[in-house]
Amino acid sequence: MAIVTPLKTAAEQQFVQQYADSKAALPGSPAMRELREQAFAGFEARGLPHRRLESWRYTDLRALLREARPLAGAGAATAAVKARLEALGLEGLRLVLIDGVFAPELSSLDAIPEGVSVQSLAEALASPREGLARVLSGPSVAADDAGLMLNTALMRDGVFIEIAEGRNLEQPILIVSLALGEEERAVFHRSVVLAAQGSRATIVEVSEAAADAAQQINGAIVFETGDESEIQHVRIVTRQQAATVEVQSLLATVGAQAKFDSFALVANAGTVRQQHFIRFAGEHSEIGLRGVNLLGGAQHSDVTLVVDHEVPHGTSRELFKTIAGGQSTGVFQGKVIVRPHAQKTDGGMKSNALLLNDGATMYNKPELEIFADDVVCGHGATVAQIDGEQLFYLMARGLPRPQAEALVLQAFAGEAVEFVADENLRNWVMREVEAWLQAREAASEVSTV
Amino acid sequence: MLEIRNLVVKIADEDKQILNGLNLTVNDGEVAAIMGPNGSGKSTLSYVIAGKEDYEVLDGEILLNGENVLEMEADARAAAGIFLAFQYPLEIPGVATMTFLKAAMNAQRKARGEDELLTPDFIKQVNAAADKLGIAKDMLRRPLNVGFSGGEKKRMEILQMALLSPSMCILDETDSGLDIDALRIVAEGVNALRAKNRSFLVITHYQRLLDHIVPDTVHVMSKGRIVKTGGKELALELEKSGYAAYGEAA
Repeated sequence: MAIVTPLKTAAEQQFVQQYADSKAALPGSPAMRELREQAFAGFEARGLPHRRLESWRYTDLRALLREARPLAGAGAATAAVKARLEALGLEGLRLVLIDGVFAPELSSLDAIPEGVSVQSLAEALASPREGLARVLSGPSVAADDAGLMLNTALMRDGVFIEIAEGRNLEQPILIVSLALGEEERAVFHRSVVLAAQGSRATIVEVSEAAADAAQQINGAIVFETGDESEIQHVRIVTRQQAATVEVQSLLATVGAQAKFDSFALVANAGTVRQQHFIRFAGEHSEIGLRGVNLLGGAQHSDVTLVVDHEVPHGTSRELFKTIAGGQSTGVFQGKVIVRPHAQKTDGGMKSNALLLNDGATMYNKPELEIFADDVVCGHGATVAQIDGEQLFYLMARGLPRPQAEALVLQAFAGEAVEFVADENLRNWVMREVEAWLQAREAASEVSTV
Repeated sequence: MLEIRNLVVKIADEDKQILNGLNLTVNDGEVAAIMGPNGSGKSTLSYVIAGKEDYEVLDGEILLNGENVLEMEADARAAAGIFLAFQYPLEIPGVATMTFLKAAMNAQRKARGEDELLTPDFIKQVNAAADKLGIAKDMLRRPLNVGFSGGEKKRMEILQMALLSPSMCILDETDSGLDIDALRIVAEGVNALRAKNRSFLVITHYQRLLDHIVPDTVHVMSKGRIVKTGGKELALELEKSGYAAYGEAA
């Protein structure tokens, strides 16, 4: 028996109104409209996720979103946007989203490599493509999430990328998503990556603000990767306003004998909730999920992931590193599910946090749900302060405390960054980490735990 | 010159007193050895000189060239010339050895009001010192001490000592975990650094290390004090008789 929670918060009622007002204009074929209708009905029944739901326990979206902001319109490229794109310093095929809307004029469409096709999500949704609803829905473990339902109902645009069989892309594909609003707006975007059998590619998502207003961002990216493919995903959420609330869903369905790796850096953001829903669809595949969260002030970063070992012989690794100072909060909730016939599963999950002072908080919740009997699975979660022995070692070599701490923290974060396979990209991520540490060092902040 | 006067030290969070009025002088250019059984306070002494925070100094002073170092943080003591070669060098993943060496050398230069090293000069110095110690270039690119063998870690300590050019070197059980070949390389590295204006405090359990690094003086430590001082022959004597005569079982 379904329990219907009546909608009651102002934000929830505003979403109902926004959906009613905009659904005729949102892109999509009749089948997509039906998908949106179902998703919104699901959202209406559940409301915004709140702390009494286990999976949203530490990030109460209902409390965070007092008001739903108006849906963002199509923003024009400003000088700030162009300057930021210039300064990005990353090579590759660049696809730009402004307030969630694909901006071909800012994208390097002349650089699309052979065997890669790119269209806007709006175009893809309007096309009569077979099986699109299934692709968009992602793994079944994501089916119940009201945050994702809201994205499905209101997603306006994004990019739809297809990589042909056997294609090996040397340069990454960059999806640069810039929030531009001078006023507070709600942004709903979704991108899709279909990587055919044997393809290899690196997909980078950058989410930044190029204006001063706080945003409500609800983004999603869907991967469907073929057998023997090797896909690396790197996401960086940074340069956001402190009051921005960003929900990012990663949905991945991974074929047989394939590799799928995702790395996410959160630094200088507001409230960020990342949720990863990953499914092993074929045997003998390897999945790696890693991330670094650099938090200060009142920042909040939540990483909640579900890895579904649906088939035998799957290997999964998770490693998340959180450094929390100020009054910030880090959250890690990791669930690895091993289905009854998923024998020979090899799973290892770790979340390590360093708290820099008394006001900072970390919630660590690793979970294993194992229904098979011949598996190797482990998890470890730690919350600690800066290692005093390492600190003393470096200071005994003459490094002043702030600099010594920065090196210890760099080393701590570096253990996860190392898994970014592409060297240019790894160095780029590390530079972002170092910039965060240098800002802290310049302010002569030292830990006080 | 290092002078330690009536040093009384306890562990900061416990009531346990480790050093009980220790007196010790190491003159410029002198190589002094401290021998003593487990638990006599040898490592504590090295940590307190270098400025580790886990200890509370209840009484006494440590003077380096007449200046009391007890008020200084560890980094200031390093810049003043104190170097501790660790018994168990720490692993610092994610930080390349070269990056660390440059940061350490420049931090000390900055503290002394000197200009930063230019990169070519730095690389030249590192390569020359590394060659002498048989340290491969590949090791310098790896994260500091990560995956290094016991011998490699100790050689890396001596490399740092050579590059930072301290006036007071403390070697804490540098021989532990070394096979005889590694011990010889490390000892040769230390001997090459012996100089008129550089003193050494060599802390060890065993006489073996002192065959290779021949001390000018040998001090016996027991229950947090120096209880006997003599020449290098004292080490040989201890090797035969053990520490029992000094009120402790070996």
